[in-house]
Amino acid sequence: MSTRDRELRFTHRHLLGIEGLYPFEITDILDRAEVYAAANRRREKVEQSLEGRTVINLFFENSTRTRTSFERAAKRLGADVINMSVATSSIKKGETLIDTAVTLNAMHPDVLVVRHGDSGAVNLLSQKVNCAVLNAGDGTHEHPTQALLDALTIRRRKGSITGLNVAICGDVLHSRVARSNVHLLSAMGARVRLVAPTTLLPSAMQVLGAEIYNDMREGLKDVDVVMMLRLQKERMEGAYLPSQREYFHFYGLDYEMLAKAKDDALIMHPGPMNRGVEIDSDVADDIERSAIQEQVEMGVAVRMACLEMVTANLDQWREENGK
Amino acid sequence: MSVKKDIANKRVAYVNARLIDPASDLDIRGGVLTEGEKIVDFGPGYAKANGHYGEVDVIDCDGACLIPGLVDLRVQLREPGEEHKGTLKSAGEAATSGGVTSMLSLPNSTPVTDDMSVVEFVARRARLLGLSKVYPYGAITKGLEGKDMAEMGMLAESGAVAFTDGIRAVASPKVMRKALTYARNYDLLIVQHPEEPSLAEGGDMNAGALAIRMGLTGIPTVAETIMVARDVRLAEDTGGRLHFGHLSTAESIDIIRRAKERGVAVTCDTAPPYFSLNELAVGEYRTFAKLSPPLRNEEDRQAVIEGLKDGTIDAIASDHAPEDEDSKRLPFAQAAFGGVGLETLLAITLELYHNKHMSLLECLKKVTCNPANIVRLPAGRIAKGAAADLCLFDPERGWKIDADQLPSKSKNSPFDGRLAQGRCLRTVVDGRTVFEL
Repeated sequence: MSTRDRELRFTHRHLLGIEGLYPFEITDILDRAEVYAAANRRREKVEQSLEGRTVINLFFENSTRTRTSFERAAKRLGADVINMSVATSSIKKGETLIDTAVTLNAMHPDVLVVRHGDSGAVNLLSQKVNCAVLNAGDGTHEHPTQALLDALTIRRRKGSITGLNVAICGDVLHSRVARSNVHLLSAMGARVRLVAPTTLLPSAMQVLGAEIYNDMREGLKDVDVVMMLRLQKERMEGAYLPSQREYFHFYGLDYEMLAKAKDDALIMHPGPMNRGVEIDSDVADDIERSAIQEQVEMGVAVRMACLEMVTANLDQWREENGK
Repeated sequence: MSVKKDIANKRVAYVNARLIDPASDLDIRGGVLTEGEKIVDFGPGYAKANGHYGEVDVIDCDGACLIPGLVDLRVQLREPGEEHKGTLKSAGEAATSGGVTSMLSLPNSTPVTDDMSVVEFVARRARLLGLSKVYPYGAITKGLEGKDMAEMGMLAESGAVAFTDGIRAVASPKVMRKALTYARNYDLLIVQHPEEPSLAEGGDMNAGALAIRMGLTGIPTVAETIMVARDVRLAEDTGGRLHFGHLSTAESIDIIRRAKERGVAVTCDTAPPYFSLNELAVGEYRTFAKLSPPLRNEEDRQAVIEGLKDGTIDAIASDHAPEDEDSKRLPFAQAAFGGVGLETLLAITLELYHNKHMSLLECLKKVTCNPANIVRLPAGRIAKGAAADLCLFDPERGWKIDADQLPSKSKNSPFDGRLAQGRCLRTVVDGRTVFEL
């Protein structure tokens, strides 16, 4: 079944963030991704809905994992994929983001997949191009496809998101993954807790609609899902935290800490992991509990669904705007 | 200059106006008579449009408000050094279109105004242009580096009216203490940009809920608060005269309120964005609303209005900061701070009157005699013998602020698209009409 055969409820030209999406739009994406996940696992050929389309992966920040996942997703749907990274472009030579947008426009891409180190940069770019834009992570703002793949993973393992207790632990302040996940999980009816030391979790973060916990043992009590975040090394050397050792002592996820959560609690991590910093190796590799591998697998399926949906909407936008 | 010779003895009567002199609480039907560059008479005798005024040119004001030209305490010209963003001429045109006849220019030009030659250059260029009058600030520290004091005495002698490091705070309490002490030697005013740099470093907007949602780095209000608290103490300790530019937070205003009650020689201003906008203006990553200090939350905005009403905040300055497209059409974190404001200073200030926060007279004091008094300029008042610097405006005239239509070379107005009420119709500098709508 192609999205063209049924009523599309996701009507946006771009996917810039989770904030503002309706639960039924999220459900649509997840349902579609579920179909692709099954097909991918069976190594089946899928409908080439992006045949003849050009997808440009524009990465201003390095990311092998996300870029590869998007590339795989676009190719599975039959698109031509161009990878552009900062190292091989003229951005470093002083070309502005707007100049880049104008240049890329001239190549008539259908979808731009963009990652940028500054919050709002993908937003800005989307205003200047004639194609669809997928946010692959902007600064500390949003990373919508990560939240969607996390949601799909949770849904597959737990049956439903509604009513679950989810703890997101770690460097919440600097995490776009945390923001997108809070928006998505609360929209879908989960109760979200944010767990981190006070320097990485200002009390103003309550506005996101989550509960704030500075004590991890408290925060993990009876949760169904433990989502760990990556902690960047430079933040552990005195600026936000006194040391790596102290952080792991109070906020590292090991079996003792995990015992506070429900017995069948799912362990997740957006990767790449810092073993021994935020997560103990044994826990990360626990096949029974850890969904980290499945997250990567769902990433491709979710990105296929997103690419397909924005492309379908793009045709209508182009018709209406004569582009 | 030849222009000046031509008008040396010319007499002009501005009649049939609502004549307002905020300094003397005058608000009557009347007008002003100028001769050459000076005001020679004013009062109810010039009320009639068709009266007999002798050998003079008569300008019928048609009932509009005639006030002394505005005095703007905080303007960045960008000349010398960044003429692609703004020039003395473009700033002069922007100023006169908004009724501003005197402006103080911050020292952050290239080269910086830490040397007499720059003071003289700016003053001479402005005089030749004959638009709004420009009074340069001198730098407090050499190169605005916050370390060694600039030659404040000699800079003052060559025409610097007050001293500031512009958009940089004097961060070191030791340097600030020395500067306040030394400035007292010549009875000079020190103007501080109240923001503790280490707390503001890397910040893009007001710290708080919205910054968290947008994933932007916050500048906490305490960055302003502790600098104001610190410098009030230093002013008390040294007896130096201190002024704070562009206050934006409830707490810092409260600190100044209490300092004034104690009799400390401290004054302050704010800028139109801080009483007419709040942080929500940066939603959707609007870089034209990226200002320094950042737009704060609604409680702070209300507190700024309270501060203006009760007199804690003495003046309103435009905080004019031209930035070109290349500096603003960028991801929010990379975009420059600041907005142009000369053209909209009067119109946005009048919102305080239209919204019934203040009387028209009180409102106008904040942009005429009060700022002139702070820097001791003989401007901002209607008096016999005073310079014929006048602004004629219609307080009711509605218009839409369109950034592209503003005379500033850079178009980065945080008020683009705003509907304003009150517009400058004519601006007179030294007896010459330099702007007419």
